[in-house]
Amino acid sequence: MDIEVYGEYKKTSWCPGCGNHDVMKAVRQALAGLDLAPNRVAHVSGIGQAAKAPHYIDLNGFNGLHGRGLPPAQAIKLCNPELTVIAQSGDGCNYGEGGNHFLAAIRRNVDMTLLVHDNQIYGLTKGQASPTTPEGQITKSQPDGVRNAPFNPVAVAVAMKCSFVARSFSGNTPHLVKMIQLAIQHKGFALVDLFSPCVSFNKVNTFGWYKQRCQELPEDHDPTDWAAAMQVAQEFGERIPVGVIYRNDRPPLDASLPVLQKGPLGRQPVDRDGLRALMQSYT
Amino acid sequence: MSHTGRNIVIGGEAGQGLVTIGQMLTKALIRSGYEVVVSQDYMSRVRGGHNTYSIRVHDAPIAAPAEAMDVLVALNQETVSLHKHELADGGIVILDAGLDPEGTKAVPVPFKDLSPRPIFENVAALGVLGSLLGVDRPTMEGLVRETFGKKGDEVVGQNMKVLDDAWKWAEAHRASCAALPAPKGPKGRMMLHGNEAIALGALAAGVKFCSFYPMTPATSVAQELITKGRKLGVVVEQAEDEIAAINMALGATYAGAKALVPTSGGGFALMTEGVSLAGVMEAPVVIVLAQRPGPATGLPTRTEQADLNLALYAGHGEFPRAILAPATIEDCFHLTHAAFDLTERFQTPVFVLTDQYLSDSYRAVVPFDLDALPPVAEPDFSPGGGPKFKRYKRYELTESGVSPRKVPGFTETLVLADCHEHTEQGNITEDADLRNAMNDKRLRKGEGLRALCIPPRVSDDANPDLLLVCWGSSEGPVAEAAELLRDRGRSVGVMSFTQVWPLDPAQFLPALQAAKEVVCVEGNATGQFARLLRQETGFEVSRTLLRYDGRIFTPKWLAERLE
Repeated sequence: MDIEVYGEYKKTSWCPGCGNHDVMKAVRQALAGLDLAPNRVAHVSGIGQAAKAPHYIDLNGFNGLHGRGLPPAQAIKLCNPELTVIAQSGDGCNYGEGGNHFLAAIRRNVDMTLLVHDNQIYGLTKGQASPTTPEGQITKSQPDGVRNAPFNPVAVAVAMKCSFVARSFSGNTPHLVKMIQLAIQHKGFALVDLFSPCVSFNKVNTFGWYKQRCQELPEDHDPTDWAAAMQVAQEFGERIPVGVIYRNDRPPLDASLPVLQKGPLGRQPVDRDGLRALMQSYT
Repeated sequence: MSHTGRNIVIGGEAGQGLVTIGQMLTKALIRSGYEVVVSQDYMSRVRGGHNTYSIRVHDAPIAAPAEAMDVLVALNQETVSLHKHELADGGIVILDAGLDPEGTKAVPVPFKDLSPRPIFENVAALGVLGSLLGVDRPTMEGLVRETFGKKGDEVVGQNMKVLDDAWKWAEAHRASCAALPAPKGPKGRMMLHGNEAIALGALAAGVKFCSFYPMTPATSVAQELITKGRKLGVVVEQAEDEIAAINMALGATYAGAKALVPTSGGGFALMTEGVSLAGVMEAPVVIVLAQRPGPATGLPTRTEQADLNLALYAGHGEFPRAILAPATIEDCFHLTHAAFDLTERFQTPVFVLTDQYLSDSYRAVVPFDLDALPPVAEPDFSPGGGPKFKRYKRYELTESGVSPRKVPGFTETLVLADCHEHTEQGNITEDADLRNAMNDKRLRKGEGLRALCIPPRVSDDANPDLLLVCWGSSEGPVAEAAELLRDRGRSVGVMSFTQVWPLDPAQFLPALQAAKEVVCVEGNATGQFARLLRQETGFEVSRTLLRYDGRIFTPKWLAERLE
């Protein structure tokens, strides 16, 4: 698929230098490489800077509420299994406001991809701590430093045996493209926690900070080894491993529903004879 | 038979089997051709507490529960103590021979002798009740065979023997209870409660997706779709919370599947941001809001009509909606079916507002004629229209306010559904003129909804002195209370609203103005519907008659307060 088909939006509300520009480039490249036509993809988001993504790419889009991108994304797949479903949103949306949906989505294991733009700060609301902001970091709303321990989404996802868990960085486009493609190709709920630095409100976790730390996993890392993945998932310091950290082949929910074998639900007619028989069961 | 029919009440602790006895007796009565109104009064616990299962049975149509008990089946001593003062003249108590009748006219049954093990006592009670009431015996035997058939011939045989022994024992005591007169109703009717009828209505309309978080009294809507609707191609997902439930439903309708979300007040309160999203996204969704008394957890298993304002005003911002309020089990079916048509047609949330009483109340219902149902609107599944791989005008400004709703994946054009104020293509905008144009467009759909609104049902009484106004499940008790008052020479009419929003005053204001006295009967403490009527028409009712103790309206309760 020609990458031009997904459109190119020069005018966005993102700051110059924002990692999101690179993420969008990577998403386009990933989709083109997989030959996915724009009308075969449902692109879902919540609210936040990253969540504006559906407005800046030519795909079917569902821009929902803050924290609530995952529920509609899963339902779309459960109603039309022929669509490739991708959700994009930030760390606040997925790990804060939508934390319960994040946990439930891992458990539910619908075949879809979640791209979390993780910049360890709230950008849209201008600089408050997010669930992934490091403890002690001073922000506008936490002037004495963040008191809460940070949420480690990758460790949580691996601990819950999430079907596919990867980490990447907007500053390494080829790697990010690869991770997005692997996530889309994986059958099951696939998380890509991707660092996308906020140039305006996070002066600690900058482009340079991530670039210095992100190191691709060695080739001998076995993502099907859960214990090894748990070890890797907890590394978040001078070295932050990126790559496919964990995956398993648990069958996705949508594959286990017989009704979905008949295609999209929307066009399946009312079974009047079945309903008549059902009414008889109440007599 | 007396004016009120016969009121059979089974009382005991949760877990003692009163629901099993009640269900089987109700089914036997319906199969025999009787009319029934079942009301279930239970506490929020799985074991213990005091619960009752009331079956009012009649040979003529009835529409409300009764108070005075003609037959009280007491499964424990507490039931006798609590209800002995509620017995009708000549009312009897059926109880185990080991319990104290406390001075009531009692039929002490040697249940322990009639049942080889305690597990058979329910069937023994059915045998005694069937015999005393004169229920058709082959009907009851067929039911026992059907109920226990899955457990094998031996279990069926044991139960049939218990039934037979109990029936024979009771024949010797027939004098203590007059048998029911011959039934007049048709055979082949369903034993159906409100939530089951809602599930059937949704299925008839083509529901394909239901997301829910369990909450009494709405859970059985989803449960029916799980146990019985799955074969008809419905995906039912138990969500992590109500917020997920409504947002899932919006994803489902975006993908072209008709979606239903059943909940109750507390759960619905969590959904309100999603209702607002449906408003701006112009996403169809049917929300079944089965009311129970609040605030907060309130009286979790009882009934109330206090969430009208919640349904009316839920969701920030301004957008149209419709609220249907079924009064009968048949309404539950037809109005749910209609709700799907309205929500698809106007692309805005539509509510089916019920309550615990109606949710759980079994009646005898003729199977619905599916061929007679009007068609239900659909999104545009056609492949044509709109630019290839570019956004079409999902929010095209139109005179009616309704824009063509295409479905992603069914077409080469792209569908962008958005939560912000947006352009016709669905992109974020801050433009003031466009904002007004979009807001006005959405609100214009409210006019379309108003043009289709269902007029209230009004009784035949021309220009009554007293006009009783009610909405939702209160209709049955109010109609019977009106009959009681007419018997006493009063001129009484009833106006029953099954759609409470939007309202078209031309449909009912002249009748309100013509009545000498208008009393609005509601199951809440502030007269929410009476206030809504005044807001919309300027008409002020003479007074309100309100009940908010969590208990069901009965004709007697109402008539006493309308004298």
